[in-house]
Amino acid sequence: MEGKFEPLVLAFCCNYCPSCSADLAGSAKMQYPSNIRIIKVPCIGTVGTIHILKALENGADGVCLMGCLEGKCEYSSGNYRARKRVQYVKNLLGKLSIEKERLEIYNISAAEARKFCEIAREVTETVRSLGPIPLKIDNSKI
Amino acid sequence: MIVGQQKDFEEIKKMISSYNRILVLGCQTCVAVSFAGGMREVEILASMIRMDRKMAGQDIEIIEDATLRQCDFEFIDSVENLVDDCDVVLSLACGVGVQALAERYPDKVILPGLNTSFMGLTEKMGVWSERCAGCGNCILDKTGGLCPIARCSKGLLNGPCGGSMDGKCEISSDVDCVWQLIIDRLRALNQLEKLEEIFPIKDWDVSGHGGTRKIIREDLTA
Repeated sequence: MEGKFEPLVLAFCCNYCPSCSADLAGSAKMQYPSNIRIIKVPCIGTVGTIHILKALENGADGVCLMGCLEGKCEYSSGNYRARKRVQYVKNLLGKLSIEKERLEIYNISAAEARKFCEIAREVTETVRSLGPIPLKIDNSKI
Repeated sequence: MIVGQQKDFEEIKKMISSYNRILVLGCQTCVAVSFAGGMREVEILASMIRMDRKMAGQDIEIIEDATLRQCDFEFIDSVENLVDDCDVVLSLACGVGVQALAERYPDKVILPGLNTSFMGLTEKMGVWSERCAGCGNCILDKTGGLCPIARCSKGLLNGPCGGSMDGKCEISSDVDCVWQLIIDRLRALNQLEKLEEIFPIKDWDVSGHGGTRKIIREDLTA
């Protein structure tokens, strides 16, 4: 890989609070890294194991899930389910010797634009420090 | 239904290590319900295998599919082309499905991706428990619809034993004493007198101890 490594981080954002906080950050002209690519989902609980794995398999260096605050899920327990699922997928990543820190979940309210930007920076820096996902390294030449 | 559990990834990796074109074949019936071998699990396992091989710098081609029911020849006939087209089939069906594939496709290596656990039910999302041991001689009419063969740790026919404490089995405080449940249920149904009948020694011939079991209905055979 040539030049400075710029990680690609996929952020699954619930359509309710987290997406609104991202919108608010944009409206308020707050800055956050362009490494974050947002995919809106109806509820963070709809993000399945396969969605996370496919993201990593197909080029993302990291994945983060952003759900509503605990107890505030529009569908009652989607964000709790997502938290358990993230733990499950972290275990799968462990079996593949892929760093578990490449995957994280956050809870955020619609008004927390600043927190959204902080999370975006935190995730980007974490993944940047880990380097490119091992899948992108051509091991056949080692 | 048949409840299964996917084998450890390391074990699967070792089984398929010498193959480069793999058909991962799920079953959309029982094991899909226990989140072990349906199309969803096929996609997840295939993705993990691809990532693992990519990191090892090895090529692999994976075909992903699931049959509606892998324990019936008429359903597995529909994947004949896929089976022909691969080096090996990694089946995510129960042991019956794996054997049905092996019987139908004698020249193909068929590998099991699951451990077939038991016949049971979904207690709640993510929790499955055993309910039937397939003993071949059902006594549920006498035990209030609760099976002591499958659910008593000792398989006692005339329980409970002395290890029943506060409704729990002596092997673990997490395990209900099924004989306590039987008594409670029969009392609620006002049928406690059913327990006055002493069960005779059970005939285990029909539960597999008399060899592999087979049922033949002459009126249905061609």
